[in-house]
Amino acid sequence: MGTPGLGLEITELRLGLPCMGGKSKAAEKKRAFWEIDGEEDGSSSTTTEEKTQKVESGGKGSGNQVVVGWPPVCSYRRKNSFNGREKGSKTYVKVSMDGAPILRKIDLGPFGEYSELTRALQKLFHSFDHSEKLKDAENNEYVTIYEDKDGDWMLVGDVPWEMFTESCKRLRIMKNADAKGIGLHV
Amino acid sequence: MAYSFPEEVLEYVFSFINSDKDRNAVSLVCKSWYEIERWCRRRIFIGNCYAVTPGIMVRRFPEIRSVEIKGKPHFADFNLVPEGWGGYVYPWVVAMSRAYPWLEEIRLKRMVVSDECLELISKSFKNFKVLVMSSCEGFSTDGLASIVANCRNLKELDLRESEVEDLSGHWLSHFPDTCTSLVSLNIACLASEVSFSALERLVSRCPNLKSLQLNRAVPLEKLPNLLRGAPQLVELGTGAYSAELRPELLSNLFDAFTVCKELKGLSGFWDVVPAYLPAIYPVCNGLTSLNLSYATIQSPDISKLISQCQNLERLWVLDYIEDSGLDILATCCKNLEELRVFPSDPYGVEQNVALTEQGLVSVSEGCPKLQSVLYFCRRMSNAALVTIARNRPNLIRFRLCIIEARATDYLTLEPLDAGFGAIVENCRELRRLSLSGLLTDRVFEYIGKHAKKLEMLSIAFAGDGDLGLHHVLSGCESLRKLEIRDSPFGDKALLANAAKLETMRSLWMSSCSVSYGACKLLGQRLPRLNVEVIDERGTPESRPESCPIEKLYIYRTVAGPRFDTPGFIWTMDEEGNTPLGIA
Repeated sequence: MGTPGLGLEITELRLGLPCMGGKSKAAEKKRAFWEIDGEEDGSSSTTTEEKTQKVESGGKGSGNQVVVGWPPVCSYRRKNSFNGREKGSKTYVKVSMDGAPILRKIDLGPFGEYSELTRALQKLFHSFDHSEKLKDAENNEYVTIYEDKDGDWMLVGDVPWEMFTESCKRLRIMKNADAKGIGLHV
Repeated sequence: MAYSFPEEVLEYVFSFINSDKDRNAVSLVCKSWYEIERWCRRRIFIGNCYAVTPGIMVRRFPEIRSVEIKGKPHFADFNLVPEGWGGYVYPWVVAMSRAYPWLEEIRLKRMVVSDECLELISKSFKNFKVLVMSSCEGFSTDGLASIVANCRNLKELDLRESEVEDLSGHWLSHFPDTCTSLVSLNIACLASEVSFSALERLVSRCPNLKSLQLNRAVPLEKLPNLLRGAPQLVELGTGAYSAELRPELLSNLFDAFTVCKELKGLSGFWDVVPAYLPAIYPVCNGLTSLNLSYATIQSPDISKLISQCQNLERLWVLDYIEDSGLDILATCCKNLEELRVFPSDPYGVEQNVALTEQGLVSVSEGCPKLQSVLYFCRRMSNAALVTIARNRPNLIRFRLCIIEARATDYLTLEPLDAGFGAIVENCRELRRLSLSGLLTDRVFEYIGKHAKKLEMLSIAFAGDGDLGLHHVLSGCESLRKLEIRDSPFGDKALLANAAKLETMRSLWMSSCSVSYGACKLLGQRLPRLNVEVIDERGTPESRPESCPIEKLYIYRTVAGPRFDTPGFIWTMDEEGNTPLGIA
């Protein structure tokens, strides 16, 4: 009944030998249950070269948002500054998860970055994780999308966090299989 | 063997020796001094929680009263250390709960603390007095409730910049009515409202309360009464510093501050309304420390304030202060020792404030005691850096962040090698340095040659190749912590200077060019180091050995490899085999 694979933590134990050759594709996939690219705790697949290119192609005067942790402002400071919104104002959005009959609501206000949102979403839907076993992890991966101000469904993680919170109206945790069906390559 | 002094006398003499370095030296003199010293050591500092095990600590030092432990590497502050890395304090608390029933103080930095842990602390140590958790995470306000309810002699509860799961403000009401021992309370990082009446009563019944940092949820209206209940305060962090403009509140606040004759430090100022700033004028002259780094006020207001704080030794402020405000600082605050200027809009593309390198130059000219600098700005020149270096050879900490990565000298378009070179050449006592801007291997040549007292170096987007890293590792004799990101340093420099790594606390390298093969070699050659490869792409065994790894953390240890590594960390083992790791 419960959908296996929910609530995978980054500290999961994996059974099986270290990846060899053919399994490299699986190894490319992030451990985080939800694939949020551009998550502030580091995108896994960019090499040094790619990251350097990102900075360089940015050039003078273009934003630094693509670079993780730069400029080096510590996370406490980031969370407590830089939002035009008054602290304490609630920005609740609905969250639906494929397979879960009941929607939830989550307040985006307290979070400063994507990884915190991920963790909170995992907690929110934790009760659906009936299985300790981690089989079929690939088939059960989910992807998080959101509806923006224009009514379009967007992949969570593309834009800087602040921009995301300004435009996010609701969240949906969608099965990866469905995502592939609509051409969303993750 | 005849000794001049009996043990008791030696122990008495040792009780005057408090620095860790000296204590360590004492313990090396001879076996009997080692024995005497270990029984009378009361305080221990563990800079890296994985450098030693709790078991080793309690075995060697049976009578500890105060412990300080640090966990995650510094770059964790900037999200470069993946979630789940480690730094769990629980095993430490378990060991101490058995070995140190009289433990009084625990100070933690960048560690993961659970509610279970806090409960264990609250129940294990009858005389527990001090809990400081700086940039920690993993606990909720429930854990805090255990601490305040059970620790009858609590003196300090300081949450610094920790990430707390804030379930409610109710925990504060768990302080028993009989608690009068509080000296320091810092709850600034909490979001929820605590019960004001409970807070007021707590504050007014603790006659020794010296430091109180409120959270944002405490409104300005409540501040006058709180202050009247604690006129002996030395440090105050306000809550929200805003309210509708009401003359009676302003004068009430002003009167309350007048009563605080001992106040030396002020912080907080969340959501500040400038009209209420004059309320603090009564204490300005006595202030030695002022933290306005969350106050979004503009330069004229900041300047007005600063010009009254003639005794300021430490100022933290946003770049809204601008060059003009820094000029005033330089003129008025001749005792200034530490300046930190934070960016108001670090992710913006355009310069939003009139703050340049000139502000820092002015302060370096005007403030003869300036020794510690953290400065975010959008442009810098070699000339300015040279001037700063010549003005202030007494600098101890210099951390410069030019917001755009690899920014050149804006006047000459050259790298900033010469400027930073001047800093290390002139500032002979420099202990900490953070670099930014466009830098070649040259700057590392200067650093290796001159920075002999440098203990901590932070490098980002700098250097041309291995030679740069080699200069640093071979030249900086006092180096303890080195952290590098996005720089083209690779295998050669590391392997050539492998032995150096055993003289340091730790090395962090992320997005550099260190290959997996080199990591394996290092692990083989240096058994007293943990060489940890962090890679979220899956096991490095699935890629060629020449492939660069994502992140590397190397530290010396007597504890052997970690047992609590998450799935994305591999510890290189001594035999050069398939590395240890849960894969």
